[in-house]
Amino acid sequence: MTALAPALPARHRATTPVAAAGTAARLLVLLLATALTLGPVVWTVVTALTPTEEGTGAVRPGFSAFVDVFAQVDFALLFLNSVLVTGLCVAGQMITAAMAGYVLAAIDFRGRQLVFGAILATMMVPMQVTIVPVFMLIRGMGLSDTLLALILPAVPTAFGTFLMRQYFLGLPVELGEAASIDGAGPFRTFFSVYAPLALPGMAIVGILAFNYHWNEFFRPLILTISEQNHILPLGLVTLQGNLGTGSVSTVLAGVVLSMIPALVVFVIGQRPLREGLTAGASK
Amino acid sequence: MTTLGTAAPLAADRPAGTSADPAPRTPTGTPTAGRRLVAALFLAPTVLGLGIFTFVPILASIGLSFFRWDVITAPEFVGLANFADLVTDPTVRRSFLNTFGFVAVAVVLQLVVALGLAVLVQSRLPGWLRVVFRSVFFFPLILSAASVSLVMAYLFNEDFGAVNAVLRTLGLGDVPWLTTGPGAAAVVVMVYVWQNFGFSFLLFLGGLSSIPKEVDEASAIDGATAGRRFRLVTLPLLSPTLLVASVMAMISALQIFDQPYVLTRGGPGDTTRTAVMVIYESAFQQLQFGRASAIGIVLTCVIVAVTALQFRLSRRYVHYQ
Repeated sequence: MTALAPALPARHRATTPVAAAGTAARLLVLLLATALTLGPVVWTVVTALTPTEEGTGAVRPGFSAFVDVFAQVDFALLFLNSVLVTGLCVAGQMITAAMAGYVLAAIDFRGRQLVFGAILATMMVPMQVTIVPVFMLIRGMGLSDTLLALILPAVPTAFGTFLMRQYFLGLPVELGEAASIDGAGPFRTFFSVYAPLALPGMAIVGILAFNYHWNEFFRPLILTISEQNHILPLGLVTLQGNLGTGSVSTVLAGVVLSMIPALVVFVIGQRPLREGLTAGASK
Repeated sequence: MTTLGTAAPLAADRPAGTSADPAPRTPTGTPTAGRRLVAALFLAPTVLGLGIFTFVPILASIGLSFFRWDVITAPEFVGLANFADLVTDPTVRRSFLNTFGFVAVAVVLQLVVALGLAVLVQSRLPGWLRVVFRSVFFFPLILSAASVSLVMAYLFNEDFGAVNAVLRTLGLGDVPWLTTGPGAAAVVVMVYVWQNFGFSFLLFLGGLSSIPKEVDEASAIDGATAGRRFRLVTLPLLSPTLLVASVMAMISALQIFDQPYVLTRGGPGDTTRTAVMVIYESAFQQLQFGRASAIGIVLTCVIVAVTALQFRLSRRYVHYQ
């Protein structure tokens, strides 16, 4: 019997005391990692809900810090700015990436490989390196310190175009042929046949764009100056700078509020987000 | 043609004339006038956009890096002086050394934590628990690095922070986290890894699940211990993922800005100042646009070199199944 034991499938071996102890140890490590990962988040929420009164130092549980964050900064405007910038970046990237990806996948034209190669090459250029000339361009266009300064340069997306090209390559060619035979022109073939089928791919591009632009800090720091044009992360850092260490709960209430849309997207779109983030690894 | 999706079903990717079809498939393959118009119109936003906001800027940056320019007075050609700053200017030199040191420590830590947790999650666990842990470790990726750094600045506060409160109850005393060089550097590394290990974790989870169970089981039957199986079976089969995960982690770590900017503003002294922070400060605080460009160009070269190394290594050392 002992000689046969190692040959048994893995799940049967888990019942031995040694294996059970191993499973318990593994779970313990995973639970510790979970605590370290979620700890700061839980602390943030709890602290935002338990502000201490200035002067007396008494803890007053409730939503007063959430009220304060609207009183201390124009939080509604920050939120609206974030929604506008992120929303337009998301929509712009989804549409332009789908169109360019379709052409690169489905239409043969001279220089296509060159165009595709050039688009891929821009992925290697870090945004921080082009920021000085982009800043000049934006100034030259008369857009400095506007929300458009954040949106316009962020619409063309090399990675999104790459993803959409791969997506269109996976769609059957017969559909387009059938549409052509039925008399549909190239525009109709795209808009009524391919674009609807590409929506899952576009969702990945959109969710990636949301995750990036909702959270971005570097470009807003450079391209927007007045607080009325800030988006959430920059606005919260500015708020913290203005308040000092006095009102921890107020700043954290802002952090919690800014996390909510990201959390909603995480809950409904975790799978496309996961696929999008790791898609770069399999190219 | 061969590099562009040889197995792709869309007609344009089939070599014209070499297919078994007797007649060329005009409807989708050959660019008619209408299709050419669609191609031009659909590509225009992306191609023009990337041209204006990436291609022209990178060329402008290369040009600017040879000049001294403060926007107010005329640009002055200074040759390689801005690049010499990398060696001669103590702050610039320090920021590059900091960045490379940070990349080395943070990437190794991130990969070790991610791989360890991925192996644990992939091992005999009920399916629902696997999904829970995957969601948990993925969660920090959806947060803003600036907001996370705000929160962590409170947690690592020397006097009031929760981290030192815990250490005090454990009898480990107060750690001067953000007020000393090593402490601040450690916090930047920890905060960065806390937020980013989930990305490598996802890659490893994908890589591990693509290793056939039979391989591991066969070596177990042959009497290999768990440690030996991991080292001699799992790790070699995981090497494509390992390479991609380390390169992607390096490229992202080289560009670190948000965490040190919010947590330490580069201090104390220059101890946590990174290359991108010096780009920002040179350009937008000291109006030294040429120097900022030179630092950016060097950083881009490092990133391109890391990417090129990935391609070379993947051809020579990586085991594909």
